[in-house]
Amino acid sequence: MRIDPAELFDEAPCGYVVFDRDGLIVEANEAFLRLLGLPRDEVVLVRSFPSLVTVGGRIFFDTHLMPMLDLSGRVSEVALELLGPDGERTPILLTANLLRTATRDAPLVRAIVFVARDRRRYETELLRAKLAAEEARAHADALAESLQQTLIPPTPPAIEGLAVAPAYRPAGDGREVGGDFYDVFQVGPEAWLVVLGDVCGKGIPAATVTTFVRHTVRALAMRCSDPGELLGQLDTALSLYPTDRFCTVVVLRLERGSNHWVLTGSAGGHPLPLLRDARGEVRELGCPGPLIGVLRHVVFTTFQHVLRPGETLTLFTDGVTEARRESELYGAERLVDLLTRSDPDPAVITATIVDEVLRFQDGNPRDDIAVVTIAAQARP
Amino acid sequence: MRHHVVVSGRADAQPMVFAHGFGCDQSMWRLVAPTFEATHRVVLFDLVGAGNSDLSAYDPARYDRLDQHAADVVELCRELGLENVIFVGHSVSTMIGVLAQIAAPDLFDKLVLVGPSARYIDDGDYVGGFSSSDIADLLELMDSNHLGWQDPLAATVMGTPGRPELKSELEASFCRTRPDIARQFAGVTFLSDNRSDLARVTAPTLVVQTLNDSIAPVSVGEFVRDSIPSATYALIDGSGHCPQLSAPAPTIAAIEAFVRS
Repeated sequence: MRIDPAELFDEAPCGYVVFDRDGLIVEANEAFLRLLGLPRDEVVLVRSFPSLVTVGGRIFFDTHLMPMLDLSGRVSEVALELLGPDGERTPILLTANLLRTATRDAPLVRAIVFVARDRRRYETELLRAKLAAEEARAHADALAESLQQTLIPPTPPAIEGLAVAPAYRPAGDGREVGGDFYDVFQVGPEAWLVVLGDVCGKGIPAATVTTFVRHTVRALAMRCSDPGELLGQLDTALSLYPTDRFCTVVVLRLERGSNHWVLTGSAGGHPLPLLRDARGEVRELGCPGPLIGVLRHVVFTTFQHVLRPGETLTLFTDGVTEARRESELYGAERLVDLLTRSDPDPAVITATIVDEVLRFQDGNPRDDIAVVTIAAQARP
Repeated sequence: MRHHVVVSGRADAQPMVFAHGFGCDQSMWRLVAPTFEATHRVVLFDLVGAGNSDLSAYDPARYDRLDQHAADVVELCRELGLENVIFVGHSVSTMIGVLAQIAAPDLFDKLVLVGPSARYIDDGDYVGGFSSSDIADLLELMDSNHLGWQDPLAATVMGTPGRPELKSELEASFCRTRPDIARQFAGVTFLSDNRSDLARVTAPTLVVQTLNDSIAPVSVGEFVRDSIPSATYALIDGSGHCPQLSAPAPTIAAIEAFVRS
């Protein structure tokens, strides 16, 4: 026995409505009329479908829904809101396709309509959460970027007789706040400090320690002219700072001479700077020191060198030597080789190192890279 | 190319540039534009942010006004080396055409404005047809309709077996705009006010008005006609905002008569 089609249509578990190309409703089932709260004679052949939805829905109907139906013959799960007689809104989902009849030139649109009150509430929540997440993300990115800017002096001060070529490339896509830093500042009428370091870790927690280390070095440098002693005091300060992070640092103090710079320096747990002499020979300068902020009562040795025109000194973080390509390290040997072959211009040296290390990692460094190369310039 | 420009028709003939409106893309003209291929050089394109345009060219800071879209139209015409252009714009692109004509008066011969509105929101005595809250409502609705917008695009990339590639591609991108772009464009469209620009149009202009346009009603079209110095008017019997889809024959007839005049 077949079920009465009228029963199937009128009491379907969804609203069922048919309208023409202009939106005029030509048929509707009882469920749809109940949804509207209107009698049949006030709807069928009287109302247009767009007139039953909110104004926003009317615009969407004309600018999206009908054009899509025209082109592909169907639309699915379009979200609209029915407008009740008293202005109350009922969120619905509408799915429709075209119905071609023998008697009409233009096809009709048959649509089923589901009430989606709970779903819409949930979706609204989801949208709100998504929007909030996107805003938070954009905010965090902006914060990381501006924080990074405060950690990196954009350009070193111009110092007569001393060329300084720094570079900094944060890990990954460049939005993460890194732990590498450098700083160049004046400590006396004829004296300057160059510092380059690496706080272990990444992100905001590392950045706060980086800021602490950088500013502590600045403060200590004003009253402490011996780099080894300075690192000792930095070690004490960092031990007392509420963090379990440690760092590695190289400090150079440069005192202007007649045609040279008197350089004193000290390294704490950091790769030693590489000195390239006028003949192109490269060697480490200084002696290794302990990590900063780990052990108590450690001693940092101060080394001395007279930096003359023709020589360059390159400071770098382990983002250079420990750059990885699969299991292969870039390594100190490649760096020494690069320096040996390089043009003696400090800007060229710094740029070449960063380029090569980036290329070694296919442009996507896993660690920050910081490089500072200095050179004494001959007096004219 | 940035605008997914499609050129057809007679290469040596006067160019007609068709600009689609808010919502979809150049395929909105598929029932009208081919008619003019026999007599004109027909140029179709997608506004940046819509259809198959290059989305990487969409800079929200630049496209927060219609002026950038108008500048794009001028640039596009110049790049193609077009002169004596007949610009045919629908919906919001009518005002993009108005702004383009003001910016480059020498470039355009005639303007055809299909379903124009110089301002959608009521303002004192001016009836635009909408209130601010109506437009807020639309923006919200656009958000709810973007939940599944990525799926069809994914299907295009993968290729849909058993369906003609072109058709599925067209369907996949048609009327589906990246949510952030769609939302901004909706705002730019419906919050714009170009009433004071109309008097500066120097090209002969045809206003094509649909009798029961739910978005740009007759009074709005008449306002545009009366504000543009040399405007003529064609009223098409029909409903909805897109006569080029719902009533292509009278739309073609109106444009043809104007183009020939």
